Amino acid sequence: MVIGKKKQIIRMSSSIKNSIETKNLHIGYQQKKSVSTIQKNISVQLHKGELVGILGKNGIGKSTLLRTLTGVQDAISGEVLIQGKNIQSYSLKELSRLISLVLTERLPESQLTVYELVALGRQPYTNWIGRLEKKDIEKINWALEQTEILSLANRHFNELSDGQLQRVLIARALAQDTQIILLDEPTAHLDMHHTIKIFKLLKKLSKEANKTIIITTHEVNLAINSSDQLILLTDKEVVAGSKELLIESNSFDHLFSSEIVNFNSSLEQFIVTKES
Amino acid sequence: MVLLVSISLGSVSIPLDEIIAVLLGNDSSKSSWATIILHFRLPKAITAMLVGSGLSIAGLLMQTLFKNPLAGPFVLGISSGASLGVAILILGAGIFGGVLTAISLSSWGLAIASSIGAALVLFAVLITANKVRNTMSILIIGLMFGTVTSAIISVFTFFSNADKIQQFVFWGFGSLGNLSWNEILVFFTIYLTGIINLIGIIKPLNSLLIGENYAKSLGINIKKNRNIILLITSLLTGVITAFAGPIAFIGLAVPHITKLVFKTSDHKILLPAVAILGAIILLVCDIVAQLPTSEFTLPINAVTSLIGAPVVIWLLVRKNKLYV
Repeated sequence: MVIGKKKQIIRMSSSIKNSIETKNLHIGYQQKKSVSTIQKNISVQLHKGELVGILGKNGIGKSTLLRTLTGVQDAISGEVLIQGKNIQSYSLKELSRLISLVLTERLPESQLTVYELVALGRQPYTNWIGRLEKKDIEKINWALEQTEILSLANRHFNELSDGQLQRVLIARALAQDTQIILLDEPTAHLDMHHTIKIFKLLKKLSKEANKTIIITTHEVNLAINSSDQLILLTDKEVVAGSKELLIESNSFDHLFSSEIVNFNSSLEQFIVTKES
Repeated sequence: MVLLVSISLGSVSIPLDEIIAVLLGNDSSKSSWATIILHFRLPKAITAMLVGSGLSIAGLLMQTLFKNPLAGPFVLGISSGASLGVAILILGAGIFGGVLTAISLSSWGLAIASSIGAALVLFAVLITANKVRNTMSILIIGLMFGTVTSAIISVFTFFSNADKIQQFVFWGFGSLGNLSWNEILVFFTIYLTGIINLIGIIKPLNSLLIGENYAKSLGINIKKNRNIILLITSLLTGVITAFAGPIAFIGLAVPHITKLVFKTSDHKILLPAVAILGAIILLVCDIVAQLPTSEFTLPINAVTSLIGAPVVIWLLVRKNKLYV
């Protein structure tokens, strides 16, 4: 029954040109002999102009999936296709013009200014010494404007608050001018106000710049209501589709243990289970 | 200017206008002055500039590569590795004789042995550093490698005769003098080989400022660039240690002084700035080494440590923070 639904979900979204697609992807870690698979049979199709949320509890493989989608980590089996071509057929240089990243890792403490940091996003396009041409400067300014950090441009990045820094990192990814942007928990250290602002920004960027923006997040309720497509990682399987389809197939019920939180399909969000 | 001051100081005092005359290719009033300037003081000043700029560049590269403000050729045991290369050559020649003796007499042999020593330690530190990923552990590992190489050198010393030990100890004090023009040519050739390679890695170095994962996503081949950085650092540290002895602190202190003065992390600015400042600072150290008693010259290694260590402490106290 559930499998039938999944096939239907996949078929429905295959008409538009895919920017990123996985086929029977198995993800996990490989060492010399031992293979530990974390998730199996991931088949999703993500399109231009979509904000995609990857949801799941801690340790379920969200970050592993993200790393596999970027090519940082090899898939155990199956394929990742970027604009119809296997990710491994691209060189690092080509990939740098297709995919940009916003990671959770702390930046080493340097004296880079916000402008310099965002300008690093232009490296795939600049010459051997990194000279910024007119087009590069335009892209950088556009990225600063979109993320509303123009006023911070000359500050050192290490003086910024977490919320400001997150915008700077998003601006850097925007300056890289890629079709796909992947963000690993972009709201991890932010308060509610800044979290919502980031979600709104990402939503706007996916629509106005027609980008595919993929995020992993623990902000389930926000993600459910602002993503165009969701990828749910559960103990049993990986399901993907729009909010409506996933509600219809009761897929949200498997995301967390129902003793703690329950999905309320009329409110379209998770509610903490009341102790009886 | 510092160059002129440096040349003008020494056990024989020579008037400044005479120095300028000699440097411009004119005759001086005493022929011995011309000899002193052209064969002793000028080579020494040039050596000081090469050593100062080379070590500072090596230090900057290490700080960026290891994402650690405390990294430097001396702290990470790379200088010790170079020393080990030299020890094996000088002391080993006494113990094993034969081919080693022949090689130890040539300046190329010394430079190559110490470069190989530097490269081996740097490579070992890098491999282990990749496994621990914790910056504190990296420094401790560097320290351990330094200790191990020192221990090996002690063992060699134990089995060597007094002559060789004395030769090695004097080398260990560090010295900017005593290089012939021929040796300076060898020095400069290897130095230049290292410096030329810097041109290709300015962009990768800047992208490394935001971490390896971001750098990779910007299309940077981490492995290749890391190897180039490794090569440059070993060449520079190796050749400098071979010709001038293990010189402490310049590699650590100069990049920080430069970063403090220029308030930037951009390697387009930092690399040339560090090179120039490094050259100037070592010239100054050399001047200090000659000032106290005009008859003798203090070991340069002692002077750089005496100046370098307080500078680093002062930086830490004042800024409370050192940047990569």
